[in-house]
Amino acid sequence: MKLLVCISKTPDTTAKIAFTDNNSRFDTNGVTFIMNPTDEWYALVRAIEIKEQLGGSVTVINVGPKDNETVVIHKALAIGADDAVRIDADPADAFFVASQIAAYAKDQNYDLIFTGKETIDYNGSNIGGMVAELLDLPYVSLANHLEMAGNTATVTREIEGGQEVIEVNTPFVISAQKGMAEQRIPNMRGIMTARSKPLKVVPPLPVTAYTTIAYYELPPQRKEVKLIDPEHPEELVKLLHEQAKVI
Amino acid sequence: MSVLIYVNHINGNIKKSTFETACYAHRVAQLAGAAEVVALSLGTVSETDLAALGNCGVNRVLSDTNPVFNRFDSGVHTKALAAAAKAVNASVVVLSHNSSGKAIAPRLSVRLQAGLVSAATELPQVNGNVFTVRKSVFSGKAFADYSIITPVKIISLNPNSYPVTRGNGTAAVESFNSGVSTADVKIKVLETKSLSDTIPLPEAELVVSAGRGMKGPENWGMIEELASVLGAATACSRPVADVHWRPHHEHVGQTGITIRPNLYIAIGISGAIQHLAGVSNSKVIVVINKDAEAPFFKAADYGIIGDAFEVIPKLTQALKEFKSQNA
Ligand SMILES: Cc1cc2nc3c(=O)[nH]c(=O)nc-3n(C[C@H](O)[C@H](O)[C@H](O)COP(=O)(O)OP(=O)(O)OC[C@H]3O[C@@H](n4cnc5c(N)ncnc54)[C@H](O)[C@@H]3O)c2cc1C
Ligand SMILES: Nc1ncnc2c1ncn2[C@@H]1O[C@H](COP(=O)(O)O)[C@@H](O)[C@H]1O
Repeated sequence: MKLLVCISKTPDTTAKIAFTDNNSRFDTNGVTFIMNPTDEWYALVRAIEIKEQLGGSVTVINVGPKDNETVVIHKALAIGADDAVRIDADPADAFFVASQIAAYAKDQNYDLIFTGKETIDYNGSNIGGMVAELLDLPYVSLANHLEMAGNTATVTREIEGGQEVIEVNTPFVISAQKGMAEQRIPNMRGIMTARSKPLKVVPPLPVTAYTTIAYYELPPQRKEVKLIDPEHPEELVKLLHEQAKVI
Repeated sequence: MSVLIYVNHINGNIKKSTFETACYAHRVAQLAGAAEVVALSLGTVSETDLAALGNCGVNRVLSDTNPVFNRFDSGVHTKALAAAAKAVNASVVVLSHNSSGKAIAPRLSVRLQAGLVSAATELPQVNGNVFTVRKSVFSGKAFADYSIITPVKIISLNPNSYPVTRGNGTAAVESFNSGVSTADVKIKVLETKSLSDTIPLPEAELVVSAGRGMKGPENWGMIEELASVLGAATACSRPVADVHWRPHHEHVGQTGITIRPNLYIAIGISGAIQHLAGVSNSKVIVVINKDAEAPFFKAADYGIIGDAFEVIPKLTQALKEFKSQNA
């Protein structure tokens, strides 16, 4: 199995969200970056498990600046990916990123291309579907279980109001979410060998983004909490009905 | 020029999210000066139900009842939507940012060379040929205004973000052939496990959620009872799903799902930043926690400091009384 895993860089889950330049840019000051959790915990780990089970190789790909090598790529290699590709460009928008990944993957004959369910910063849930369309492949989104038997995969995915078990043949694109695998912590050996694994840097294709971000805003602050006597929860019911009007 | 929407249905029952997208699309058409709102329905839905989309301002419904659509393959649904978009000269396509929208919208974006804003929370600002659309980012911790600069635009609307107001229009239902065949289907459905007896969490208007403070899965009976009296969906914090006290799909937060119900009741949840990220855009938040210092109280509208095991039965009782008086 030849497996490709798309990995992205996001602010740490506890990062303070603030903006600069008249609210037109995310303020990275003091922010620690991590590999996007669903990419790391589910997509990458499941790909490695499949490789361990069936043989083959796991390549990780990231569209991003050089910093990303230390922030996300080395970790992915330490967890168990075999090699890495970095497309040397700032990720302008989803279409830009997907176009870069698809262009790289086009002639490489991957059996499976993994993405995470969505990034925790821009919450697009877009890249997987775009890559699939660009490569004219099936796309199985929001998958929480994946088993391979030869070239046939059995996948459980989320659908409206339920789950569905489906069968699909390779090659295809899959977006991974919770349930697909358990997080792996890189061990010392993994961290040591990561440095000697191949990392290829590829220049970007000229692609025009479809969207740009003009402005950011923080949600309005909530008013001070109104406390209710635990002996009189009927007070809460009354407030929810009369004041908040939600019931 | 028109605005096109995608009809979401489960076994022929049109989802509430479709009415949200219909009402939203109606306003978008007005803002963008589009002549009509057209809906595409794929699979089997009754004509009466489709015509009722007119209540939300849909002018026409294109209905392709080819049975291939009764199974969900994002590639096939995308092809059909693209065919409809061409047929009605759509300048905007609106979908719901739910599980099928997340699979179709990005594909359609590539196919139509149309910029996509997903998880939109508000109407676009229309400025000539550029749309600026607000969406939720940083898992609910902020909003960003995205400008779409392509001639055709795609917006996927976050569930529960746009109110449904129904008038009494009727949409004309026309049969449509989107040119899709069984040869296009690449996905074979083996089994559908429907949770349809419960309300899907992302769409629920009322949510009762509980955390590690509940001590163990055996204590969830009172949470479920409270939810059922309210007609609410249930959710949980991440550690609760991690130890399998509750199913994965109930996990809300930065690494679970993001929701914005009208009412979120958090019981025995401390209010960690990663949890808040998934729920902080709820309209009203109620926190029940025995620790007055729990950080969640800072993000709450109403709070009860007390032991859940004592408070919940009383609250459920009070709600039952309220319901019987207001029935
Ligand atoms: C990378 C990362 C991602 C994460 N993503 C998520 C996420 O998506 N969602 C998420 O929820 N968490 C997430 N977490 C975990 C998060 O940091 C918290 O650990 C978690 O939310 C805590 O769950 P909890 O509130 O149920 O448990 P606790 O923090 O243990 O809180 C239990 C609460 O119950 C109260 N309590 C105890 N007994 C009672 C009683 N009898 N009556 C009333 N109250 C009582 C306590 O006072 C306490 O406040 C993430 C963490 C990391 C590091
Ligand atoms: N810059 C990037 N480089 C490589 N993969 C990415 C990048 N951004 C996003 N992805 C992948 O696409 C998934 C969905 O991202 P998004 O559509 O931005 O929510 C992520 O979980 C990653 O797997």
